[in-house]
Amino acid sequence: MIFYLLRRLAGAVVLLLIVTMAVFAIFFLIPRLGGATSDQLAARYVGKSPSPEAISQVKHSLGLDKSVPEQYGKFVKGMIAGKDYDTGVRKVHCAPPCLGFSFRNNLEVWPRLQDRIPVTLSLAAGAAVIWLIAGVSIGVISALKRGSLWDRFSMGFALAGVSLPPFFTGLVALALFSYQWPIFKGVHYVPFFDNPGSWAWNLVLPWLTLAFLYAALYARLTRAGMLETMSEDYIRTARAKGLRERDVIVKHGLRAALTPILTIFGMDVGLLLGGAILTEQVYSLDGIGKFAVEAITQQDLPEVLGVTMIAAIFVILANLVVDLLYAVVDPRVRT
Amino acid sequence: MPRLLPRRKRDTAAETPKLAPAGPPPEADNFLEVRGLTVHFPTDDGLVRSVDGVDFALRRGRTLGIVGESGSGKSVTSLAIMGLHGNTGARIGGEIWLDGQELVRSTPEQVRLMRGRRMAMIFQDPMSSMHPYYTVGHQIIEAYQVHNEVSGKQARTHAIDLLGRVGIPRPDRRVDDYPHQFSGGMRQRAMIAMALSCDPELLIADEPTTALDVTVQAQILDLIRDLQREFNSAVMMITHDLGVVAELADDVLVMYAGRAVEHGPSRTLFEQPRHPYTWGLLGSLTRLDRDRQERLMPIKGSPPSLISLPSGCAFRTRCPYADHNDGREKTEVPQLLEIEPGHRTACHLDIQERERIWTEDIRPRL
Repeated sequence: MIFYLLRRLAGAVVLLLIVTMAVFAIFFLIPRLGGATSDQLAARYVGKSPSPEAISQVKHSLGLDKSVPEQYGKFVKGMIAGKDYDTGVRKVHCAPPCLGFSFRNNLEVWPRLQDRIPVTLSLAAGAAVIWLIAGVSIGVISALKRGSLWDRFSMGFALAGVSLPPFFTGLVALALFSYQWPIFKGVHYVPFFDNPGSWAWNLVLPWLTLAFLYAALYARLTRAGMLETMSEDYIRTARAKGLRERDVIVKHGLRAALTPILTIFGMDVGLLLGGAILTEQVYSLDGIGKFAVEAITQQDLPEVLGVTMIAAIFVILANLVVDLLYAVVDPRVRT
Repeated sequence: MPRLLPRRKRDTAAETPKLAPAGPPPEADNFLEVRGLTVHFPTDDGLVRSVDGVDFALRRGRTLGIVGESGSGKSVTSLAIMGLHGNTGARIGGEIWLDGQELVRSTPEQVRLMRGRRMAMIFQDPMSSMHPYYTVGHQIIEAYQVHNEVSGKQARTHAIDLLGRVGIPRPDRRVDDYPHQFSGGMRQRAMIAMALSCDPELLIADEPTTALDVTVQAQILDLIRDLQREFNSAVMMITHDLGVVAELADDVLVMYAGRAVEHGPSRTLFEQPRHPYTWGLLGSLTRLDRDRQERLMPIKGSPPSLISLPSGCAFRTRCPYADHNDGREKTEVPQLLEIEPGHRTACHLDIQERERIWTEDIRPRL
C-alpha cells in the first residue's frame, strides 16, 4: 500500500516535469521551428508597441538569448523561485509560484488566476455532485429496466444532453429562468464565505447547465457498466446466498460498476478545474475558463502560458487523487 | 422516483396464471422432488426449450449426479430449483417440492428465504463467482447474516470456523484475504464454506471441479463427500464428467436436449446402461489401457438446437440405432419408462434388443 502511494506520487512529480517541458516546447520551441527569431519571440511577451530596449530586456529575462536547456532551466526556476521583471517603468518581483508577468495588464499572472480559482471550483464542484448523483441513478434504473419506457426516455434525454452544447442549453436556461420567469435573475458570482445562500442560488443555472452535459454521459456509462456487472457470475452467487435484491444491486452490482466511473469522474473534474470555458462564458462567470478565453483573444502569451500550466496541474492532481481512491476501492490494485 | 427494484414481470408466480395447481405433496422421505419441470426461454428466434419435462426425487444423505453435454439443461434445472431464473425471462412450469414446500408457485420472497439457508449452490468457476472487491470472510459472513440474526463478531467466528472445516490453513488470517489472494482450489473451498454457512439441507454443485486442476479435483470431491456425511444433506452434482459421477453419486440422471433419457442407481447405469446416449457417454471416457485410436468412441454430431428439436426422439439424428424402430422415432417422443425397479429409460428400441446390443456390441468395445 505504502509503495503504491509512493509510486503514484513519484509518477505525478515526473508527469508534472513532463508537462513543464511540453508547455515550454509549445511556447518557446515550436515558434522557433516556425522561423521566429528570439527578438520576435520576446516581442510577444511585451506590451503592444514595445521599444527595442524592452524587447531585449525581456529577451534577457526569459533567457531567449541562451541555449535551449538553459532557457528551460530558467523557465522552471522562475516558476519555483520567482523572477524579476522590468517593465521599463518599474521593477516587479514576481513571487513564487510565478506563472509569468503580463506586460499587457502590467500585472502578475498568478494573483489574477488565484482570484478565478474559487469561481471555477464552485462551478465544477457543484455541477459534479449534481451530475454524479443524477447520472448514476438514471443509469442504474435504466439498466435494471432495460427496454422499458423509462429506459428509452432517459436514454433519449442522455442523447440530448450529449448533443446539446452549454452555449445552447445555457442560453435557453437564461432566457427561460432569468428573463421569462425571473427566478434566477442577474446570475453573478458571490463568494461562498460572503453569503453561502446567495452563492448557491446564483450558481443553480450554471450548475444545471454544466451538469446536464455530463449527467447524460454518466447515465450512459453507468447503464452500460451496470448491464455488464449484473450479468457477472458473482451477482448470481449473491442471489444464491439469498441476499435481498436491493443488496444484490447496490452492494454487489453498483459497487463494481462504479469503479471505472470513478476514474472518468476524476479526470472530468480535473479537466473542468482548468476552466469550464463554455459555461463560464455564457453566464459571465469570471473563472479560469473565461480568463483563458480573454487571454487568447488578447494574445496575452504570459497569461495563456499561466492558465495552461494551472490546467495541467489540476489534471495531474485529479489523476493522483483517482489513483489513490482506486486503491481504496479496488483491493486488487493495492498489491 | 421510480422503484429501484426491477419489477419482475417474468417471475414464476406472477407470470404463469396458466400454471396448473400443484399435485399432492410428495412422501416425506423425498427432501427434493421435481415433477415435470419445464424451463422455456422466449427469444426473438423462437422458444428455447432448455428443460422440457424432467422429474426426479432426492433424499437426505443421498447424491444425485446429473450428466449430459453442454446445453442438455442440467445447469438450467439446478438454477430453476434455486429460483435463480428470476430476471432472465424464463417460463417455468411443473413442480419443485423442497421439504414439502412447492417452489414454482411460491413468491420470489419465499424462495429467497429458502436460498442460502435450506438450499445452497457451488458454482463452476470460483474466480468469477466471488466478488473481487470484498474479502472472502465478508462474503461468507454476508451469507450467514442474511438468514441468521447474529452479531458481526459471532458471524466472523463462524466464518473462520467454516474456512477451517473446508481445509483452509490459518483460517483466522485468510478470512481477511481477498479472493485474488487465494489459489483456485482454495477459492473453491471458500465457495463451499460460503454455501455451507447456513447448514443447507440441499447442496447443488454445478461442475464444482471443472475449473480446477486434477489433483485439486479429488480433494474437492472428498471434501464434498465428507461434508455431506457430516450434515446428512442431499447433494445434486451437475457434471459432464462421468468419473465424478462414479466417485460420488448414488443415482444418476442422464439428460439430453432438455429431457431425462436415463435415470437409475449409478451402479446400474455404469454396468447395465440401457440408452444409446448413455452408451455414447461411456464410450467418450478416455481409456489409457487401449491403443490411441481405440481410446475414444465419440458420439457423432453435436447437440440439436433447442429451438427446433428433431421431431419424435431428439437423439435420433445422432443415434446409430435410430432406424431400428419402423419410423416411430420420427413421430413419437419416447417416454421415460421404468424397465426394472428404480431404472428408467426413454428409448423406442425394444428392451431385449438394447440388452443384446449392450452385451454383444458395446460392452466388449468399452
